[in-house]
Amino acid sequence: MFFDVFLPMLAVSAYVFIYRAIGAPEEYVGFVLMGGAMTAFWLNVLWNMSSQFFWEKEMGNLALYTMAPASLMGILLGMALGGMTATVLRALVIILLGTILFNVQFAVASLGLLVLAFVLSMVALYGMGMITASAFLLLNREAWHLSNLAQEPVYLLSGFYFPVRSFNFWVALGASIIPMTLGLDAMRQLVFEAGPASGFLAVPVELGILAGLGVVFLFIARYLLAYMERLAIREGRLTDRNR
Amino acid sequence: MESLAVKTEAVGRVYKIRERKKGEPKERVALKEVSLEVAPGELFGLLGPNGAGKTTLIKILTTLLAPTSGHAWVAGHDVLAQPQRIRPLINMVSGGESSGYGLLTVRENLWMFSQFYGMPSRRANERIRQLLEIVGLADRLNTKTSELSTGMRQKMNVVRGFMTDPLVIFLDEPTLGLDVGAARDVRSFIRSWMDEHPGRTVLLTTHYMVEADELCDRVAIINQGKVLASDTPATLKRQLQREAIFKLEVSPLDGTEPEEFKRIEGVKQFVHRPVEGGSTLEFILEDEGILPAVVGQLTQHNIRLRNLEKREPTLEDVFLKLVGMSMQEVEEKPGG
Repeated sequence: MFFDVFLPMLAVSAYVFIYRAIGAPEEYVGFVLMGGAMTAFWLNVLWNMSSQFFWEKEMGNLALYTMAPASLMGILLGMALGGMTATVLRALVIILLGTILFNVQFAVASLGLLVLAFVLSMVALYGMGMITASAFLLLNREAWHLSNLAQEPVYLLSGFYFPVRSFNFWVALGASIIPMTLGLDAMRQLVFEAGPASGFLAVPVELGILAGLGVVFLFIARYLLAYMERLAIREGRLTDRNR
Repeated sequence: MESLAVKTEAVGRVYKIRERKKGEPKERVALKEVSLEVAPGELFGLLGPNGAGKTTLIKILTTLLAPTSGHAWVAGHDVLAQPQRIRPLINMVSGGESSGYGLLTVRENLWMFSQFYGMPSRRANERIRQLLEIVGLADRLNTKTSELSTGMRQKMNVVRGFMTDPLVIFLDEPTLGLDVGAARDVRSFIRSWMDEHPGRTVLLTTHYMVEADELCDRVAIINQGKVLASDTPATLKRQLQREAIFKLEVSPLDGTEPEEFKRIEGVKQFVHRPVEGGSTLEFILEDEGILPAVVGQLTQHNIRLRNLEKREPTLEDVFLKLVGMSMQEVEEKPGG
């Protein structure tokens, strides 16, 4: 709870005070709160999903998972669902706390589209997590450093605390490869009155791209997981912590 | 090949170990041209010291590691080309493994693993209860795994491996680190499972001679990645029938080089074990007639003979004869 709720709330609060101090439009408070809630999913993908196989190897489960007739992707999907369910609760707590503390006003344009945006973001995000998980299949302690390295740049590029439209168009488009960027932007457009004015692309376009990313990421993840498994078996990295 | 549970043909495995990031990797040979055949229904043992290559062979057969040379098949399927066909048919239990999650209960952990094998939930729960009852863990069904003792945890691992009733089960040192009672329970469970499932095969690795002798239908003795002999325990021991095996308990050697005993004509193998207040000397002699020369050597060095015992050959003696060192000596040897 400390890392998943309290720390994101601190960051959210800092941005809220900055925005209020400089007289930014009030909807930015809502944008920040939404970003803060979504960091929980990014952290879950980064520290659980991506490095899942590294930890499973450390615990001695990876060999048993690999030699079971279930696919590694299926096992990861199960873990993703479990992780996502717990993270939804954390995200809701952050939104609830933030709404009470900062008096955020929501104006949901379409609940259906909002749910769709969230689901597509999650599919693409956890698909990306599976791609990185396959790379972590071969890594040992370096996995920890890579997760550390990826954490902050994604906060910046995905516009967790500001609308991604503030970037140059091409930078924002490049950052859209990270599913949280378009997911967050679409959700902000759908839940705040002033959202569409500060959106990067039209919501249907963003949802289309997210759907595409989800399919592509899952396809790549499936291929990479199988490839990395073969490689790890050849090099003896599946079971040996020192290799 | 279809009729064999496990078959290996000149299987080898070389590990590349990089000691420094930029240095050239060194090669360590873990297995050398291992050829084995295990028939369905057999309880086959791989007996050897730590580092002999037993676990490497198990990893290859369980599709977790690729051989660098040779071929291996499990239930007629190639481990490298057809791992997906092998996986539903096998399972593995390793000694000292800490699989599962400490936060989950025994039942939850076992149920989770049963799902990876596609067991229907109701059948899985029935099987879990049934096997936990047999191994004496029924009262721990809802205990968190983190609260189990080492022995209990290993029993849970055994249940995990056997609950899918695999066609071939690989047991890698399944009684490692267990107390005498728990090890006996595990051995008796393995034997009774084999009796109840005559078509199933167990491939067991161990460095406990008694375990191999007591459990296995056939045993392969392995050292430094090579299989030195493979047969029934009785046949392996019969190789030593002509020799005489003596165990002598004596006073401290006090400066006498143990190697001197090896030089006595007719001494085929010799092991010296210092014990509190003295030494234990074990001899494999060409025949009983060599014993007076051994006793004479003791007298010559003022070493008192406290006890003398002639005994039947054991697998330990077979290992000693094949390798020239006891298993303990091999394990204690630097780099051994």
